[in-house]
Amino acid sequence: MADPEIKSYAPHHESRSAAVTESRPAQAVLMAIVFAFLGIFLLLPLIIVFHEALAKGVSAYTQSLSDADTRSAIRLTLLVAAISVPLNIVFGISAAWAIAKFEFKGKAFLTTLIDLPFSVSPVISGLVYVLLFGAQGLLGGWLKAHGIVILFAVPGIVLATVFVTFPFVARELIPLMQEQGNGDEEAALSLGANGWQTFWYVTLPNVKWGLLYGVLLCNARAMGEFGAVSVVSGHIRGLTNTMPLHVEILYNEYNAVGAFAVASLLAGLALVTLVLKTLLEMRYGAEIAATRGH
Amino acid sequence: MEVRVANVRKEFDRFPALHDVSLDIKSGELIALLGPSGSGKTTLLRLIAGLERPTRGNIFFGDEDASHKSIQDRNVGFVFQHYALFRHMTVADNIGFGLKVRHGPSRPPAHEIRRRASELLDLVQLSGLEKRYPAQLSGGQRQRVALARAMAIEPKVLLLDEPFGALDAQVRRELRRWLREIHDATGHTTVFVTHDQEEALELADRVVVMSQGRIEQVGTADDIYDTPNSPFVYGFIGESSSLPVKVENGEIWLADRPIGIAAPNEPSGDATLYFRPHDVELLDGCSGCIAGTVAASRRVAGTRRVELEIGGERQRVEIELPVDHPAAQKSRVAFRPGRWKLFPAA
Repeated sequence: MADPEIKSYAPHHESRSAAVTESRPAQAVLMAIVFAFLGIFLLLPLIIVFHEALAKGVSAYTQSLSDADTRSAIRLTLLVAAISVPLNIVFGISAAWAIAKFEFKGKAFLTTLIDLPFSVSPVISGLVYVLLFGAQGLLGGWLKAHGIVILFAVPGIVLATVFVTFPFVARELIPLMQEQGNGDEEAALSLGANGWQTFWYVTLPNVKWGLLYGVLLCNARAMGEFGAVSVVSGHIRGLTNTMPLHVEILYNEYNAVGAFAVASLLAGLALVTLVLKTLLEMRYGAEIAATRGH
Repeated sequence: MEVRVANVRKEFDRFPALHDVSLDIKSGELIALLGPSGSGKTTLLRLIAGLERPTRGNIFFGDEDASHKSIQDRNVGFVFQHYALFRHMTVADNIGFGLKVRHGPSRPPAHEIRRRASELLDLVQLSGLEKRYPAQLSGGQRQRVALARAMAIEPKVLLLDEPFGALDAQVRRELRRWLREIHDATGHTTVFVTHDQEEALELADRVVVMSQGRIEQVGTADDIYDTPNSPFVYGFIGESSSLPVKVENGEIWLADRPIGIAAPNEPSGDATLYFRPHDVELLDGCSGCIAGTVAASRRVAGTRRVELEIGGERQRVEIELPVDHPAAQKSRVAFRPGRWKLFPAA
């Protein structure tokens, strides 16, 4: 082992110097608070979800998941995520690139705008689309005249989901790209790479872990969004119900097993996301550290 | 490849970084751009590379006007100050990158790229490190990989921005000698930027001294050190001392006394006398010399540096004395500069 005094100067090791370590009882109290909090507010509800879902046995569980309306809600949720996540990747990379690598007027404004979905209630984002595309809305008449249906249909749900999720990828990439600067890109250009090669071989690999993390979060939110989607969906069973909306409907109909069965799928998605992230960090830990540091 | 910079001006947001700079670089030459920060040396290097475009003026590679060519088309090897190695690629992939991104028949097959990378690693004395990542290398090793990567594309010109800036003194000296050897072996026309005069004078065939966006002087280490052409160069390169003097009838006067130096070709009037602290002749008596009282004295390695107060004007100059010289505090020392230069007072 290294000399403890030297060790304490190594910032990324978990060791601390004796001076900043709390006393043992204080440590125990802090940890007890954290574990109790997490247990009551996170772990317990999660267990209850699965418990309720399986309360009437496995066959009731699988049966409620094979219900036609439930199937359609799952399909719709997957479809919405499959459209909105790629859109967010394109938008997130473009926005992060523009903000981190160029100087232009309105940059601060754009940065603030990207945060808007985080600061605005999802219900309001849904209502905005109603005001815009609804029958009495700004574009409602024109849309109706051309036979385009947005509200209370899949396009509206996708739009609302994109709106709510669009900061995830951009927010993850902007600080990373700002920190990395233009040096690597200039080096690639000086070695004869064109713009596309520079992006593909240098810029993208430099941010791939941040991007992946952003995509995981974005996907989890896209599948789980309730508020905004609820306003624009119209709750048409088998047509415009996503999984979170379907959970609410089933629950309001006192179909606890059905509601919790669908909920368990959403909770499972969250767990898979976490496990995936942890596995990636374990598998590529050294490489991630190298990408961040250096 | 010859490089000619002709009357180049560069502005950033209307603020001039370079004013009307011209420079001829001969083929195979090793040139240092030397200056304090803000002198425009890095801007000039980036203009030659094509990382920046001149506001006015032209840059020629041989007879060809390259001013509007992109950096990809100029075929220059650029070594960045912080190396800018691709952190997610191995050392071998970093070095092979410039060959991998080529198109069509000019792109060598994969095994040929690998072979070239190994060859270059041998040249920079890092054989066997092909599979390492940049984060696993020391600063000096990263520097060598960056150079190997720049040389892989067989550049017409090699450009290095503060190549040793981020390294400690010992590694710097080692790499300096090594860069000179590589240059002599490969014969690339090489331009490097530095703020370290020792580095510039020791390494370069010719040194370009820059200040405030202008070239002050271009010359060999001897030219620059022995015959500086401006007060800035005299003050910036090596140690120097200066005194306000007056020239009258071909003689130099300090206050009301001649200092025993004839200056028959200098115009009369106020001037500033520059000399090197180590290049002085100590005198016993003082009829025609500079005399002063020792105000401070420091031991610097093999010599003693003393600060002399000259006359009543509180003017201080530094000179070097032998370590065993008896001059102590408050004693008087008389001397006459050996080699000197006069610049008219501003």
